[in-house]
Parts: sequence; structure tokens; C-alpha cells
Amino acid sequence: MKLGRWLSDHWVLGVGVLVLAYLFLPIAVVVGLSFNEPSSRLSYDFNKFTLDNWTSPCGPGDMCDAVVRSVQIGFIATVLATVLGTLMAFALVRHRFRGRGATNLLIFLPMATPEVVMGSSLLALFVAGGVSLGFWTVVIAHVMFCVSFVVVTVKARLSGLDSRLEEAAMDLYASEFQTFRKVTLPLVLPGIVAAALLAFSLSFDDFIITNFNSGTTVTFPMYVWGAAQRGIPPQVNVVGTAMFLIALLLVLGTSVRRRKTA
Amino acid sequence: MSVVGHLGGAAGPHETPPPPRKGRRLLPYLLLLPGGLWLTIFFAVPAVQLAATSLYDPSGSLQEGYAMTWEFGNYADALSAYWPHFVRSLIYAGIATLLCLLLGYPLAYAIAQKANRFKNLMLVCVIAPFFTSFLVRTLAWKTILSDNGWVVGVLRDVGILGADGRLLATSAAVVLGLTYNFLPFMVLPLYASLDRLDGRLLEAANDLYASPLRAFAKVTLPLSMPGVVAGTLLTFIPAAGDYINAELLGTPNQYMIGNVIDSAFLVRLDYPQAAALSFLLMAAILAMVFVYVKRAGTDEVL
Amino acid sequence: MSMADKGDLQLVNLTKRFGIFTAVDDLSLTIPQGGFFALLGASGCGKTTTLRMVAGLEEPTSGRVLLGGREISRLRPYKRPVNTVFQSYALFPHLDVFENVAFGLRRRGVGDIRPQVERMLALVQLEGYGKRRPAQLSGGQQQRVALARALINHPQVLLLDEPLGALDLKLRRQMQIELKRIQTEVGLTFVHVTHDQEEAMTMADTVAVMNAGRIEQLGAPAEIYEFPSTPFVANFLGQSNLLAGEVAGRSGEDVLVTAYGSRFSVPAGRCRAVDGDVYLGVRPEKLHLAPGTDSVPAGHQWVTGVVSDSSYVGVSTQYLVRTPWGTEVSAFASNAGVLAQVPVGAQVVAYWRPDHAFLLGREAGAGDATQPLLEPVP
Repeated sequence: MKLGRWLSDHWVLGVGVLVLAYLFLPIAVVVGLSFNEPSSRLSYDFNKFTLDNWTSPCGPGDMCDAVVRSVQIGFIATVLATVLGTLMAFALVRHRFRGRGATNLLIFLPMATPEVVMGSSLLALFVAGGVSLGFWTVVIAHVMFCVSFVVVTVKARLSGLDSRLEEAAMDLYASEFQTFRKVTLPLVLPGIVAAALLAFSLSFDDFIITNFNSGTTVTFPMYVWGAAQRGIPPQVNVVGTAMFLIALLLVLGTSVRRRKTA
Repeated sequence: MSVVGHLGGAAGPHETPPPPRKGRRLLPYLLLLPGGLWLTIFFAVPAVQLAATSLYDPSGSLQEGYAMTWEFGNYADALSAYWPHFVRSLIYAGIATLLCLLLGYPLAYAIAQKANRFKNLMLVCVIAPFFTSFLVRTLAWKTILSDNGWVVGVLRDVGILGADGRLLATSAAVVLGLTYNFLPFMVLPLYASLDRLDGRLLEAANDLYASPLRAFAKVTLPLSMPGVVAGTLLTFIPAAGDYINAELLGTPNQYMIGNVIDSAFLVRLDYPQAAALSFLLMAAILAMVFVYVKRAGTDEVL
Repeated sequence: MSMADKGDLQLVNLTKRFGIFTAVDDLSLTIPQGGFFALLGASGCGKTTTLRMVAGLEEPTSGRVLLGGREISRLRPYKRPVNTVFQSYALFPHLDVFENVAFGLRRRGVGDIRPQVERMLALVQLEGYGKRRPAQLSGGQQQRVALARALINHPQVLLLDEPLGALDLKLRRQMQIELKRIQTEVGLTFVHVTHDQEEAMTMADTVAVMNAGRIEQLGAPAEIYEFPSTPFVANFLGQSNLLAGEVAGRSGEDVLVTAYGSRFSVPAGRCRAVDGDVYLGVRPEKLHLAPGTDSVPAGHQWVTGVVSDSSYVGVSTQYLVRTPWGTEVSAFASNAGVLAQVPVGAQVVAYWRPDHAFLLGREAGAGDATQPLLEPVP
């Protein structure tokens, strides 16, 4: 009777934990493979433990170039998308204007459109316009699909901001600009930072749209894709693991900081 | 389409914005201009352009240029050539979405209602796999499902797979990959919806003689419908257009419509056909979404 | 913003409309400089909107706001020598207490901030709290920071928007005394908006009672309590027994009133209306009970009735007496230990001194009104 009660109370939690384990399984494999020396270039099985992958992560010729390329594109696209998206979020939350419905549609549609369609249509545009494909067309494409996510993220943070705080600031002799600088911006900043991180991770990890619009430029996901045909160097998993650890540290770091200042 | 309204839309829980002061009526338009312009030029215009491309004369080419001949036949040709891929994409995406729902609902429920202290930790665990590259993750499945791997071995022993049975390069692998990669898209909206569920409603149901199963069916499930709808849409739509899972974990027999569009654009350089296929995909998705949202009966989603 | 140019706050024909809804309706008011002024009314009566128009956070639809003769109606809030203590305090969560209080000084470029802030914190009894964050403070402490933050700028007018609403009873009483003390000490004009009539009466020098966007009565607390001008004020401020009657004529200095077959007289100086339909009003604490008409002191007026309810609340006993025509009037007998409790069902005579009664205008067809008002009257 007691056991039955405990089971019925906890079975949902148990299933949840199992699903989480399922989510982490490939991550564990990626980490494991980063220490693996594959028996052949096309093998995906565990073979031999080695630290060589970590000691010489840039072994395979073009991989590090691709990683650098991805970081550069990510950085530029993030800055642009964050600025554009934040401006739009402010307009949506704090101002009245005509055409709100159309604006919302324009922002939402990219999130709902399959990447194949977005990537291919953008390619068609570039081709028709005679624009040569490469680094900058990728940046343009990335900004395009990141803006929507930035808007949604900043909007969420901004609408939770009590407008009375801004009234109080103006009551206390702060002009509109000073109010923005001293009250609004500091309080929205966490949302903007979150949006920027989201944009960067979306950009870094994007394959489909990038593939359509990159010409001869190679980003990290494209490198992995190409390598999947030719043979994956195990260092790819080193990059994967490193990304995972960095992001994990960032998330844990910010949540610890939040608890400290609360 | 209030999913649109919520995700894109409403001004938030606070009052409607104050009426503009004189001379500041221009400000919102100025704020919207850069972003709006960018999206219009690089999203809306290409979409329209793509629509036009789908009606070009297919006998043209990139070098010679295309003639606009309002060739609606392109659509018919594309459909007749590739309808198996369409059907396959919708089926794979559908099954994957269903699996995501079956796996994701308990997880979302557990985090929202049962996790207490561990709630944030579990949420991080749901998002954490995202931190690794999508492609690297999917390749990891190649290892997990490999012929020499533990999973296939067990399945062969138990008899589910024949002695020569494989998981890789089968439909099962592709669907598993899709399920795995889009699971967080299902869990997060479900969690958001279930988190708002007042536990006292279930207590009330229990007090009124409902068994746990009844309480779930009559109280929890209907109240979480907005989350179910949002999660289903966020999973199905990208899954239907995906081609990475099919390419990495399957064979040309499992190719989805995304693979076809990709090759049409980049390999065969048949732009009119590729454009027609893209719009057919969008139409199919929108049609299914429309029917689904109508039947799920949610007007005010989230 | 010249501090030397002190003066009265004047609202002239102030109107604010939100679409078809009129929140403030042609309001005209002069608030003398240096006093504690209370704007009293139920929720939705327009008092907060009026306050916001003075602060500059709402633009009037029409009308003017003048301070010391100078028109400030269209000035931005940061250009007005007016500060507000918000109902929700609106403390800046990302700044500590010191920076919150110093905010206005910094924006105005005032030098020598530290001693001023410390002095202000001492005034509100929060010395040493400078480094704390608002989230770490209790409700009462947050309220005092909000007060300090506004006061430190020595505004010509300090606006308080129901600042004590979120505090518990004991704390509220304490803060009422504090605020009054600070106002007397500092000598600024305080405009306090509240729905709590006890609060308004204890703290303010002048009270304006607002209803549906208009001011129904303005005066010192005692004045408006003892001699209300409308039925709304009579039953919003404390409680009144209003009996429906008609003016029957005059007799010397008094106005004669017939109600329910009996005749009453009210001194002319206690009449807001002198003909037509009227309310004869007596406050419950001015209504005394006697066992029979021969026990009624000379000169007093009375009605008979039966005690239908008696509630012992410690400091007093509150009786309900049902009159022969069915209305239940309230009589409060203070528990001074002199009078015995009157049992329910006893036949009594309720009597009052004529100059404790008042005569108000009555809408044709309106019946007796003896219940305290909880909702705004349109």
C-alpha cells in the first residue's frame, strides 16, 4: 500500500527523469567520442581512448578555420540582430502605431517558416540580384532569422517592466532620455543579453539557411556536414563538447549571479 | 491565429501604451524601420520572389535567365514527381510530433508540478543539449544506433530486429532523430502551460470524486491544450521541412521533401521546380496547421 | 523651477476624458500653500487622475493647473516643482536606498549629496539603510524610502497617492502620525489622496470629498463631518440617518419639516435646502435612546421605535431602531459606563438636539438612506 502510493505519486517524475536521460544520451556520446580514436575515418564506433583530440584540436586542416568563421559571423549577426530586434521590441511594447497586426505577422512568420524555404528564397534573391554569395550573405541571412527571436525575448522582459518606474523617474526630474538611460535600459538589459545569447547560438548552429547562401565560405556546421561524407575527424566532438561546457558554465554562472544579487 | 498573436504579438500584461505626445508620433515608426526594412527585404521580398520563380518557364536556366510564363503547370509537375516525398515528410513529421508529445508531456508535467526544488535544474537540462551543435548531436546518433552498438545488439537479442536487422539507414532512425532534435520545442511550451496550472484545481477534482485518470482527462488535459497546440506547431513545422536527419541517418529511400528542395536548388539548379516545391511544402504545412488549430478548438492560445 | 516663488496650487476647470468616460469633470479647487490637504473619495472617483494631472503624468483634456500663479498645465513632469509618492512606491529595484533617495538630486545636478541624503534618511528613521536594496525592505520601510526620495527635493507640492494602502493597520496609524509630523516640520504643501475617510480626517487640515469626477464638499474635517452638504458626503464620511421629508414652512429661525406624519424643526443655519424635498439628517452618535417620551430632555426632537438589533463593540454599543414606518435608524451609545444596555425588542424613543440635525436636498422619489456608502454614486 505504501509502495503503491509512493509509485503513483512519483511515477510521473520517474518518466520525466528517463526522458531527460534520453535527451542527454547523445551528449554523453559526444563527450565520449571526443576522447575516442576511431578505427577508420568512416567509423562511428568507440575504439580506443585517447587524449590526442584534446591536445591537438586543430589537427584536421579546415576545421578551426570553420569554427573561427562561425564565431565571426555569429558575432556580427548577433550585434545587428540584437540592435534591430530591441528597437522593434520597444516600439511594440511602449508605443501606439498603426499596422501592429502586419508588424506582428512579419516578425512571427520567419519563426514559423521551414528553414528550407527561407534559405532557398533568399538564395533566389541573391542570384537574381547578382550578389555574390559568401561571408556577408550568410550574415544577412542570419540577422534575418534571428531578429524575430530577439524581438520576442526582449518584448517579454520589457512588458514585465512596471511603467510606474519610468513615471517615478520623470517625476524626479529625469528627462525622457535620462529616464531611458538610468532606469529603463538597466532593467531591460538582462532580456537584451538573453536575446543576444540566443541569437548567437542560433547563428552558430545554423546549417540549412547557411548552406544555401554561403557560396564557398565554410562555417562549422557546414564543415561537419561535408565531413560526414568524407569522414568525421574526432576533433569535431571536441568542439561540440567545448561548446556544451561553455554554454553550461554561462547559464550556471548567470543563475548564480542572479541568486547573489536578489 | 492567436498563437501568432501571442508569440508575435500582444502588448503584454500591462495596460495599452499611453497615447503619443505631440511630435513623438513618429518615434515608433523610426524604431520599427531598420528591423522592419531588413525583414521586408530579406524575408518578405524573397518569399514573393519565390512565388514568382515558381511560375517561371522551367526550360530556362541560370545562365540564360528565366522567362515568366505563369507556368502553373510547374506545381502539377513537381507534385506528380515528388508526391511520395511529401507524404513521407508529413508522415515522419507527424509521427515524430506524436512521439514528442508522448515523451514530452510527462516531462513537462513533472517539471511543472512535481519537481519543486529541482525545477530550474531540470529546465536547464532540457535546454542543455541545445548547446551542442545540432549536426554533432545528430551524428552522435550514428554511433548510438550503429550496427555494432549496444542498442542494436540488444534489439537483435530480444528479437525485435532480425539477425541482420539495422536501425541506421531506416525510417525508424530518421524518425528517432527528428523526435530527439525537436523534443525541447515540445517540452518548453507544454511546461509554460502546465506551470500555470493551479494544483488546487486537481485537488478540487479529487474532492469531487474524480479518479486520477479522470482528473487528468477532464481538468489537466483541457487546460494544457494551449501548450499542446503551441508545442505541436513548433515541432511539426520545422520537422516537416527538415532534411538533415534524413541525410545523416537514412538513405535516399528516406529522403524527405527538404532533401528534394535542397538538391533542386543546389545540385540540379532547377529553380522553378524548387520554388514550386517550397510553396507546396508551405501550403501543406499551413493547411494541416489550419485544420489542426480549428479542431483543437483553441481560440486564445496561451 | 524657482523655489522662492511659493504659492497656492490652483486647479481651474480641470477635465480629463478617456474616450467616452469622464474621469475628472470640470474640477476647480484651490489648495492653500503649506497645508495638509486630503482628496477623499471611493475608488474610481477620479482622485488619482487629478493627482496625476498635477504631477504631469496625465495631460488634462481641458482646464489648467497653476502653481503660485504660474501655469504648469502643459509642463513635463520633470519640469515641475512637484514630487509624488506612488501607491506602489515605485522604488528603483536596481539601485540601493541611497541612490534611490539621491535620484532627484543627481538629475538636477545638485552638489553635496551625501549629507542631504543622510539627513533625509534620519528624518524617516532609516539611518544606516543606505546600502540595502528595495527588495530587502519591508513594506513600511519601502514607503519611507519613497517618501524620503520625494521630500529631499523640497518640492512646492508633495503628492501622495494612497501611500498607506498596502500597510497593516498598526503600521498605517503609525505612519499617519509620522507623515503629519514631517509635514508640520518641513512646512511643504502635502496633497494626500485616499479612500480611507478616517485617514483623511486625522491627517488633513482641509478635506475635499470627490465623487464621480467632481468635488462634493470642501472644508476642514470637523466642518464637513458635522455639516455635510450632500447625501453622498453624509454617508461617505462616517454614517448618517437620513429621513425623507418635505419642507412645510418656517417658524422664526427654524425650518419646519414634515416626515412620516411627524413634524420636525431644524435651525436655518443647519439647512442646505430650505424648500421642497429634503433629507432630515442626524448622525448615530448624536441619537440617544430613552425609555419613553417623558424622559426626553426639553427642546429635543424625537422619533419612537423598537430596538431591532444591538451590537456591543466594546467602546460603544450600536443599536438599530426600527421606526413605525419601517426604516432602521442607527444609534451609537458610547460605553461610558453610565447607561445600561437596552435589550432587543424594547420600545424606545430616539432623540436628538435640534442643532445636531441637518437638512439636505433630496432627489424626488428617493427614500430614507441610513447605510454607509461603499460604492461611488454616479
